[in-house]
Amino acid sequence: MELSDLVGALAIGFAAGMAGGLVGVGGGVLMVPGLVIFLGESQLGAQATSLLAIVGVAAVGAWRQNGYGNLRLRDAVVIGALSPLGVLVGTVLANALSERVLELSFAAVQTYFAYRLVRRATASAAPPQAAKG
Amino acid sequence: MSSRLARLAAVATAAGAFSGLFGVGGGTIIVPLLILWFGYGEREATGTSLAAIGIIAGLAAAAHGLYGNVDPVNALLIGLPAVGGVLAGTALQQRIPERAVAGAFAVLLVASALVLVF
Repeated sequence: MELSDLVGALAIGFAAGMAGGLVGVGGGVLMVPGLVIFLGESQLGAQATSLLAIVGVAAVGAWRQNGYGNLRLRDAVVIGALSPLGVLVGTVLANALSERVLELSFAAVQTYFAYRLVRRATASAAPPQAAKG
Repeated sequence: MSSRLARLAAVATAAGAFSGLFGVGGGTIIVPLLILWFGYGEREATGTSLAAIGIIAGLAAAAHGLYGNVDPVNALLIGLPAVGGVLAGTALQQRIPERAVAGAFAVLLVASALVLVF
């Protein structure tokens, strides 16, 4: 392994964890390409390896957030425990629909979520003045 | 099944499907649904999402491990700095407004949507 690859892997790992702490995702979006580019893993191997790394990130992040009073453990356990249902649904969908349809559907859903989150944030940011006249 | 449990099951199904189809965690689905559908605060949504992702990723990593796809050394190489990153990220998140968290998340969602489209 070249030194530059090691530095790249460490840097992208730190960035993935930072994203996880800031916005509550696992960081796989960064780790998977990082493992392919810097550590020479195949796409499948990178996805599998990143999942193990995500367990550590998620456990430590959830522990810290619990300390800050930002964890509802019961809801989290229900979502986590029932998620294999989704994997089954995803497998059925993947066989029934084209990959392109699925990609575009999820992209549309994410764009809609982004719009709603921004609307909500800007609404709550509006100054609480009653009437402007 | 209570309606709240049914809604949590729907979040779990959507997150699991997204995770299984695209090989990433379900965080980009879980966080907005907890905020928009359950009325979570932004920080609560991200904390709860992390705990759920830990379980989802643990199950998936165990399954991949059975097939011998997991490289533990590489997982440590990328995972240890990531644990440092998440400590810094959660600490930083407590010091910025929740609106900024929502804004950062919206940017992430749009970026993820663009990656899916192109």
